[in-house]
Amino acid sequence: MMIGEATDTAPEQPGAARLPLDAIRADFPILERTVRDGKALVYLDSGATSQRPVTVIDAEQEFITTANAAVHRGAHQLSEEATDAYEGARARIAAFVGASRPEEVVFTKNATEAINLVAYSLSNATFADPAVQPGAARFRLGPGDEVVITEMEHHANLVPWQELCRRTGATLKWFGVTDDFRLDLADLDEVITPRTKVVAFTHQSNVLGTVNPVHVLVAAAQKVGALTVLDACQSVPHQAVDIAALGVDFAAFSGHKMLGPSGIGVLVGRYELLEQMPPFITGGSMISQVFMDRTTYAAPPARFEAGVPMTSQAVGLGAAVDYLSDLGMKVVADHEHELTGLALDKLSALGGVRIVGPSDLTDRGGAVSFVVDGVHAHDVGQLLDDEGVEVRVGHHCAWPLHRRFGIAATVRASFYLYNTPDEIDALVAAVRKCQEFFGVAPAVGAARGA
Amino acid sequence: MQMEQLYQEIILDHYRTPHHAGLRDGDAEVHHVNPTCGDEVTLRVRLEGTGPDAVVGDVSYDAVGCSISQASTSVLTDLVIGKPLPEAFTVLGEFNTMVTSRGAVTGDEDVLGDGIAFAGVAKYPARVKCALLGWMAFKDATAQISDRQDSAHTQTGAQR
Repeated sequence: MMIGEATDTAPEQPGAARLPLDAIRADFPILERTVRDGKALVYLDSGATSQRPVTVIDAEQEFITTANAAVHRGAHQLSEEATDAYEGARARIAAFVGASRPEEVVFTKNATEAINLVAYSLSNATFADPAVQPGAARFRLGPGDEVVITEMEHHANLVPWQELCRRTGATLKWFGVTDDFRLDLADLDEVITPRTKVVAFTHQSNVLGTVNPVHVLVAAAQKVGALTVLDACQSVPHQAVDIAALGVDFAAFSGHKMLGPSGIGVLVGRYELLEQMPPFITGGSMISQVFMDRTTYAAPPARFEAGVPMTSQAVGLGAAVDYLSDLGMKVVADHEHELTGLALDKLSALGGVRIVGPSDLTDRGGAVSFVVDGVHAHDVGQLLDDEGVEVRVGHHCAWPLHRRFGIAATVRASFYLYNTPDEIDALVAAVRKCQEFFGVAPAVGAARGA
Repeated sequence: MQMEQLYQEIILDHYRTPHHAGLRDGDAEVHHVNPTCGDEVTLRVRLEGTGPDAVVGDVSYDAVGCSISQASTSVLTDLVIGKPLPEAFTVLGEFNTMVTSRGAVTGDEDVLGDGIAFAGVAKYPARVKCALLGWMAFKDATAQISDRQDSAHTQTGAQR
């Protein structure tokens, strides 16, 4: 079924462009399955990985059954077609996120590898031979230099910078998080200083849902000539993102969180920077010339794509981007905004539930983390699972952030374009049932606003 | 609803009123975490005697975690305190076998006592680590004591 065929979604809700929810859900075969003895699947874990529409599945299958070959190798027809499919996907993904040109898009295994690519390229620059790589000098890091991150980072945008600092002798600094779950930028000029070489931060927290003021951090970084690295894993899938307009030097995101396959991530980098950067992984495809004693590198993005790359995954991600583009990211974002508002209101109204994240919808995305008083997050997750409600529990790869708030683990519900208001009700009902099971349900009327 | 089978009353009782909780003197202290969820236990073991004659004198702990990990650590202390070490390890082995069996092994109540209440955990692979957190900490702590005793013996032997 084509997107937009159905028109019967939520007629009681007025408004401009809305998502055709029934038609969208029909595009995602997995949503029809049941779990745990026949319970309807209520999938609220898209922040971890999203489900895939048939167009993505079909695009991968079509590629494999008609054009599979190693890209950028050989002169045969299949190789040509495979290369066209691969590079065509690159161009569409570049356009989708506002990269200035397709060559600014580097395919990686996942977003974690994309961030590691930058971190390792910087340390490779630190040890580069100036005679061979004169351009690498500007990326050099050493004692006295500083790398700035934030306390709300996913481990993927934290550990690589810790390790880079360890290797180079640079110092790691970070912005804290305020009690109302926002980045604490009060001492901006003390954290970002002329010693700062890199500022790496998340666009949207995978735990709190907080959307960070990218322009403020970019302006501060640019003032001191520091590179900016944006973790866009939780923003690119859920809102219109224009990387060139944001002004960041690098942005990383993953395919599997935006309706695409796993096994593919993306690094978008400003071309003039990529051009000067040393490679991360070396081998075939990334070379210009190879001699027995030395090698020169290919131009980006090939320089950063050593070996035979993932191809059907790139094609699948291209199809995912087409799917999202057809719907329009504004409509997707508005839909998720509505679901987030419903979840915040209804969970808070239960009583005994504390939201770990901003309680208002300003600069806030659709990750709703919470704790249920008297019940550990793992136990909440287990009870929700028994009702067919699939959420994430734990520290969501943001352990320091949880430590900051003195919480061992949270429950996280995260939404996407295929989720419905009814599923928010299912979540809330399951949380209530969980409270009753563990004997911690507040008396009716004791809840906030009752 | 399979939740009553997973969260049996025995488990909820141990969770609400954990036995032998708190940290007391021990011969070794370990800190174990479940890196997927951040659950943590600090656990101390005190042995009476050495070698195969050692008896578990005390197991004390301070833990943050879900009901399964908290209750399981509480049950562990009931089962092993006062037992000769080899016997405690038999219980540990039986418990480990049961919770990692995906439901194939129901457990011997004569060996596991309240521990058989955790048979239901085996059907939820994501929770097996929770059930084993305290038990693995106990295993680690006793191994540290044994290693120390072994090296002490070796040194004594070398001095002779």
